[in-house]
Amino acid sequence: MDAMVRELSYAQAIQEAMAIAMDMDERVFLMGEDIGVYGGAFQVTGDLVDRFGTERVIDTPISELGGAGVAVGAALTGMRPIFEFQFSDFATLAMEQIVNQAAKMRFMLGGEVSVPVVMRFPAGSGTGAAAQHSQSLEAWLGHVPGLKVIQPATPHDAKGMLLAAVADPDPVMIFEHKLLYKVKGPVPEGYYTVPIGKADIRREGRDLTIVATSIMVHKALDAAAALEAEGIDIEVIDLRTIRPMDKQTVIDSVKKTSRLMCVYEAVKTLGIGAEVSAMVAESEAFDYLDAPIVRLGGAETPIPYNPELEKAVVPQVPDIIAAARDLVKGVR
Amino acid sequence: MAGASKAVADNRANLPFVYRQYSAEQLRNVLHKMYLIRRFEEGAEESYTRGLIHGTMHLSIGQEASAMGICMPLAEDDQITSTHRGHGHCIAKGAEVKRMFAEFFGKTTGYCKGRGGSMHIADVGKGNLGANGIVGGGIPIAVGAALSAKMMKTGKVVVSFFGDGANNEGAFHEALNMAAVWKLPVIFVCENNGYGMSTSTARSTAIKNIAERAAAYSMPGVIVNGNIFSEVAEASYKAVECARAGEGPTLIESKTYRHRGHSKSDRNRYRSKEEIEDWMSNRDPITLFENELREFGFIDDKGIEAIRDAVAREIADGIEFAKASPSPDVCDTGNYVYTEQA
Ligand SMILES: Cc1ncc(C[n+]2csc(CCOP(=O)(O)OP(=O)(O)O)c2C)c(N)n1
Ligand SMILES: [Mg+2]
Repeated sequence: MDAMVRELSYAQAIQEAMAIAMDMDERVFLMGEDIGVYGGAFQVTGDLVDRFGTERVIDTPISELGGAGVAVGAALTGMRPIFEFQFSDFATLAMEQIVNQAAKMRFMLGGEVSVPVVMRFPAGSGTGAAAQHSQSLEAWLGHVPGLKVIQPATPHDAKGMLLAAVADPDPVMIFEHKLLYKVKGPVPEGYYTVPIGKADIRREGRDLTIVATSIMVHKALDAAAALEAEGIDIEVIDLRTIRPMDKQTVIDSVKKTSRLMCVYEAVKTLGIGAEVSAMVAESEAFDYLDAPIVRLGGAETPIPYNPELEKAVVPQVPDIIAAARDLVKGVR
Repeated sequence: MAGASKAVADNRANLPFVYRQYSAEQLRNVLHKMYLIRRFEEGAEESYTRGLIHGTMHLSIGQEASAMGICMPLAEDDQITSTHRGHGHCIAKGAEVKRMFAEFFGKTTGYCKGRGGSMHIADVGKGNLGANGIVGGGIPIAVGAALSAKMMKTGKVVVSFFGDGANNEGAFHEALNMAAVWKLPVIFVCENNGYGMSTSTARSTAIKNIAERAAAYSMPGVIVNGNIFSEVAEASYKAVECARAGEGPTLIESKTYRHRGHSKSDRNRYRSKEEIEDWMSNRDPITLFENELREFGFIDDKGIEAIRDAVAREIADGIEFAKASPSPDVCDTGNYVYTEQA
């Protein structure tokens, strides 16, 4: 029998995934700042502490470097920690343990160990929290061999990819856009996984491939729906995993549409768009391109506090519509 | 001023520190500023509720004596680094509330030209190097400012404000050690309000008093009742003297309490109503100071009324100023990322 499907918010889907993982495997536990009685800064852990107790839902002191390191050490020695950063920006305080330790330990010890740690990073702008609480740093971690980096865009994927991350023997970094937490969508009950390393074609089309990540998947879909009326037929790919990247899905799509645009919230230069563009340019899809590749990303600035400025520095639906129209009509 | 109390004010020898050290006018000005902090934050809170301010904010209501007491002995060009709960520090160091409101409203007339908001409120002209969105982020920066002061022989001292939660960040320990080794003119001020967000110090910190951490870095560690202005100011005065004399840093732990939730999203499930109520009605720092001033004859009811009225006008004017100020142009998103060069 098929599992019942209900509407859950993205945050509820993650919470359900963590509860299932803890029910299934007593090695799984949660660590983070204010994830217990407070329920997490974004209420993702919610009331899990009531169900699983303070031994498995652990409030850490405000010690990101130490906390992340403790999670790495526990993972190295048989446990399955899920570590929540209160904001992805605070990964900067824990870079040492993530980049030098978690990512490299298996390699440095010649395959004798593995580090099955899951880290969750509430990311992105749009909440008025200004420059130190709004960044999109996923490409930083995407640059590090040994880590897997994912960005689920829907409640369905948030649950399935978290469960895949817990089952994965290597460190998996999950970037969750804060504005997605309240977004609802269909989520099957019970255990299922969504594979890490596999992109998803959210909308099929002939004229242009948009490769988007996280919240930009939704904005790209809105733009595609708007452009349908103008006879422009857009394919939207949700990249879902930025390391290891699903190259083939993108290449096949570009061979079909002959045009490529990348849309992501992080600062435009030296980011995911650069990687996807270069990857396509290096591939057999290059010969199929009818137009220059376009990247829409965040402006070259920290995120400003003022709400109008804050909106202006990341791609919005009208920006995607305008850029996609120009690209398809050959205006560029 | 009533005759009996005037006699006390004239004979100050047995009064607590601040009443011996500062003039009546200075002390009344302290009360004025405590009210200014309180009403500023109430005004900001109300503007937030009415949708005029976006994002979030961390109110220091209940901690006014700590901010004022620490800043009391500082000179205008002495410097501070502040925290996410930094409105009180900003006002105590001399900021104008109208430019703070303007910042909260995202306007170009704000201290950070609308780019920073509550969590990055600053007043560089008055020596406030900024609030900080990163817990513990300002502590090493204060040590760096103190290193500048020493190398440039400016005679400045630097105060670093931070919360109890910050004492578990590596930055705290690394910064204190360097400040002590290099005998820098810096004062570390831990405003211990019992909780880092929802986590009590008992659950987060292995020792009872954060001031005890000072021993590990060979500096004096002082505990004060952060709700009693005179106690805080006296400890700060001594630490500032020490720092200016080249004797190195002090760690002051100012024990206090925040009346409001951590931020705008707090369900307050980690502390009891009774606890909050107790601090609000029995240990409110403004009430305590006001009572002392009255008792010692430095002010009467009319004087207090006058201060409250003046503060109310200043707050109303500040909000009007902020509303009427221009928003930044969306074409200017690239400003201030790098230093403009001719
Ligand atoms: C490095 C870092 N970790 C976590 C946070 C989220 N955060 C903001 S304030 C806060 C609590 C800080 O507690 P404390 O230092 O005691 O200051 P208080 O809020 O009590 O004034 C937390 C966890 C942050 N801003 N920066
Ligand atoms: Mg605190």
